[in-house]
Amino acid sequence: MTAIAGEAWRGFQGKAWRDKVDIRAFIQANYTPYSGGADFLSGPTERTRAVWARVSALFPEERRRGIYDVDAATPSSITAHAPGYIDRERELIVGLQTDAPLKRAIMPAGGLRMVENGLAAYGHKLDPRVKEIFTKYRKTHNEGVFDAYTPEIRRARKAGIITGLPDAYGRGRIIGDYRRVALYGVDRLIEAKQVELRALDDADATDAVIRDREELAEQLRALDELKAMAASYGHDVSRPAATAQEAVQWLYFAYLAAIKEQNGAAMSLGRTSTFLDIYLERDLAEGRITEEQAQELVDDLIIKLHIVRFLRTPDYDQLFSGDPTWVTESIGGLSEDGRPLVTRTSFRYLQTLRNLGPAPEPNLTVFWSPRLPEPFKHFCAALSIETSAIQYESDELMRPRLGDDAAIACCVSAAPVGRQMQFFGARVNLAKTLLYAINGGRDELTGTQVGPAHPPITGEVLDYEQVAAAFDRMLDWLARTYVNALNTIHYMHDKYAYERLEMALHDHPVKRTLACGIAGLSVAADSLSAIKHAKVRVVRDESGLAVNYEIEGEFPAYGNNDDRADAIAVELVRSFMAKIRQHRTYRDAEHTQSVLTITSNVVYGKHTGNTPDGRRAGEPFAPGANPMNGRDRHGMIASALSIAKLPYDQALDGISLTNTVTPDGLGRTPEERVANLAGVLDGYFDAGGFHMNVNVLTRAVLLDAMEHPDRYPQLTVRVSGYAVNFVRLTPDQQRDVVNRTFHGSL
Amino acid sequence: MNGSVSSWDLSVGVDGPGTRFVVFTAGCPLRCQYCQNPETWRMRDGRQVTTGQIMAEIGKYQRFISVAGGGVTISGGEPLLQPRFTGELLRRCHMAGLHTALDTSGLLGVRATDAMLADTDLVLLDIKSYDPATYRRVTGGPVEPTLRFARRLADLGRPTWVRFVLVPGLTDAPENVDGLARFVSGLGNVERVDVLPFHRMATGKYERLGLRFPLAHVEPPGQEVLDRVHAQFRAHGVASV
Repeated sequence: MTAIAGEAWRGFQGKAWRDKVDIRAFIQANYTPYSGGADFLSGPTERTRAVWARVSALFPEERRRGIYDVDAATPSSITAHAPGYIDRERELIVGLQTDAPLKRAIMPAGGLRMVENGLAAYGHKLDPRVKEIFTKYRKTHNEGVFDAYTPEIRRARKAGIITGLPDAYGRGRIIGDYRRVALYGVDRLIEAKQVELRALDDADATDAVIRDREELAEQLRALDELKAMAASYGHDVSRPAATAQEAVQWLYFAYLAAIKEQNGAAMSLGRTSTFLDIYLERDLAEGRITEEQAQELVDDLIIKLHIVRFLRTPDYDQLFSGDPTWVTESIGGLSEDGRPLVTRTSFRYLQTLRNLGPAPEPNLTVFWSPRLPEPFKHFCAALSIETSAIQYESDELMRPRLGDDAAIACCVSAAPVGRQMQFFGARVNLAKTLLYAINGGRDELTGTQVGPAHPPITGEVLDYEQVAAAFDRMLDWLARTYVNALNTIHYMHDKYAYERLEMALHDHPVKRTLACGIAGLSVAADSLSAIKHAKVRVVRDESGLAVNYEIEGEFPAYGNNDDRADAIAVELVRSFMAKIRQHRTYRDAEHTQSVLTITSNVVYGKHTGNTPDGRRAGEPFAPGANPMNGRDRHGMIASALSIAKLPYDQALDGISLTNTVTPDGLGRTPEERVANLAGVLDGYFDAGGFHMNVNVLTRAVLLDAMEHPDRYPQLTVRVSGYAVNFVRLTPDQQRDVVNRTFHGSL
Repeated sequence: MNGSVSSWDLSVGVDGPGTRFVVFTAGCPLRCQYCQNPETWRMRDGRQVTTGQIMAEIGKYQRFISVAGGGVTISGGEPLLQPRFTGELLRRCHMAGLHTALDTSGLLGVRATDAMLADTDLVLLDIKSYDPATYRRVTGGPVEPTLRFARRLADLGRPTWVRFVLVPGLTDAPENVDGLARFVSGLGNVERVDVLPFHRMATGKYERLGLRFPLAHVEPPGQEVLDRVHAQFRAHGVASV
């Protein structure tokens, strides 16, 4: 151990993490679980208020213009932009994506069209030199993908049966272990990477080995750039962080380098609070900082995470709503030995919802277990009721599979930090696939042949067995086409837009998953239930295309804890996963899937015709794994227990449930509401539920916010797996949120 | 055993403590002007179900309720209109280890046997008004049976939450509230009074059923009235929420 590391690591316990890069071992040997309440926390200081006021004063203008500012001439890289500050005198943690707050960068390596359209939408023009470079001399990920797409994939993509694919933008959902930079310093990480690279020296130069060598070399280059970027702010991250302030700063620099280099759909932070707690507690014990100063460091970090920005097109924002970046931070959970991973800093992170006000980013995600300390549960529940800004995921489902140092990427995708990455695969539209099955592969809106031309179903009344068999066959086609598309995308992403810095903060070799996904589960399940339990008559147009459905009689709907319908949804999840698993994946990634829509449930609905469950053409799908709005008739718990039946083993990329409840629907007094919400979360996760978004809102507030957006600049609502600023949603999306089931008392 | 049931539902924090499986029985002898569940008025509009069927449904939630905290509430309609059915449900839930609550107007309190009340962990007693004339105006029935039932619950020491719907211009007279507060303070078994602000969210239900909602023109009570009413309960040493 060098003298520098000795000073930086003073007082730290444990051995395993010293000899090799192992953050989990460091946390386990050094963290202090906290089982008390929130009374130790500090409010915002004058300094914090001033910094936050400086940057939040820019938000109205940003909302008005769409983007506040952009550098349209400098393709972003870790070192491309000069240092930028919000308030140089007051900031404790520094670093911006460009040289000024809210000024966006361009990242053409993902796709030039996305950059050009994004700029044009907000009245800016791409620098001609950049355009020339990225058309004449340098190919992009987007071009690579389209060179290798088959006509069939293009048709499926255009029809909206396979959608949201990361083929024109950064795939994201990769979390670098940013903590490594704080604990080890970059020089030590470079040494470790060099060892990994040299270990390949004796291997035969196969495709895979050559690619690994090149990637490791790129990773090493990115680590050097990280040092240079930090140096431009006057910090030396080649050595380990020696104080809490440095630890926060080093960790943030590592994350900042990632978001300077990549415009990934989701750029999540990881699981940092308990790691940083070790540094904050050491400084507190040494008398170096006070509680107020500890909170200031956390507040300052969170301010930075509030203002992560990417240049995206209005189309993209329409799909995903309000400019999300999915800076997901995972908090809480238990250690494998049963000790809660809740620390004082877990509280400090959540406290920012009070100190800075609610905000969609960072996407605060609590790993829930009924075994968490009660005061922590109550603090989370109280904040959910106040801000609707927290999501909950089952620590009990994740820990046995992924260990106790996993984090959520994006919304519901869990992976051990620094050891596993995913190939993000967006999702397919199951409801539309059912319509294709009925129509023999023809699109119900355009009549064009998109899927394979199987014989259409011709009877006047739909026969369950017949439809189920046709659906199964159409799903076979979908799974194959889908995996082919994803393999193409990720081959090209690795080639043209490799995440050098994020992957430098992973072990080599890394485990990979191919994260497929399904949307429209409740529509498909209810449609099959209607066909099975009621009588569904088909209305066809003159070309024989089934365009409408008339239902006679009642049918059980998914979302009422009724096995007749829920079992259909469970079977769909199982069967599609099995079909996905039949196809080989790029780099032998492990197949997974999610039941998640993000907010694209609105767009999917728009692109899908009338369905046999009675849903009208264009009507939004339910978000994620939710039941269709209004069809869950027995309240939030019955609905949640339906979703808890979906097997996590067959959807390891996550299953999303979004609940909206009125304050009255949780109890009569504030204390009751807190205790009851904590109880509901205990009950749901005990029942095997994976994820729950909790919104505590009234419809009246949302309607008022639609009328008077200026009065609600920070109104935050949780949608499928993340939170959005309500006033930044499109009118369609706002209406969708307002029309969702509000569980409450009547 | 058969009973007539309008619906069942899971609620949180509104029908007794915690997460509750709520059975809404069909049929009610009162016609409260502010009634939020007009679909439960007539027993013949309900569905005939056996206690076994209800218990099977409750069984699907027993684990959730035991983890989350909560229980089962028999509400209505008026559950004491079907005392044997209600009694058996309470007994079977109680035997299954579930916390039980009975939500009743008390008008038919004489039909609740001591055994039934022994199976009831909590009575949610709706005292819709203390003043007899107002009570009759609100409900169409007499208040005296409810007050007698309240005293009996006190004698038996059954934990009780009194529920009082505050309707401006109807139940909010200071004397009326004062009378109720004094009465409740003398009982000794009442853990709290739920002051439920009148709301009009059931207007749509009335329209769908082709019924006139008599209070369609009445505004929900303002904060001032609520504060005053809570202060009146407090003055008598009664906890109200």
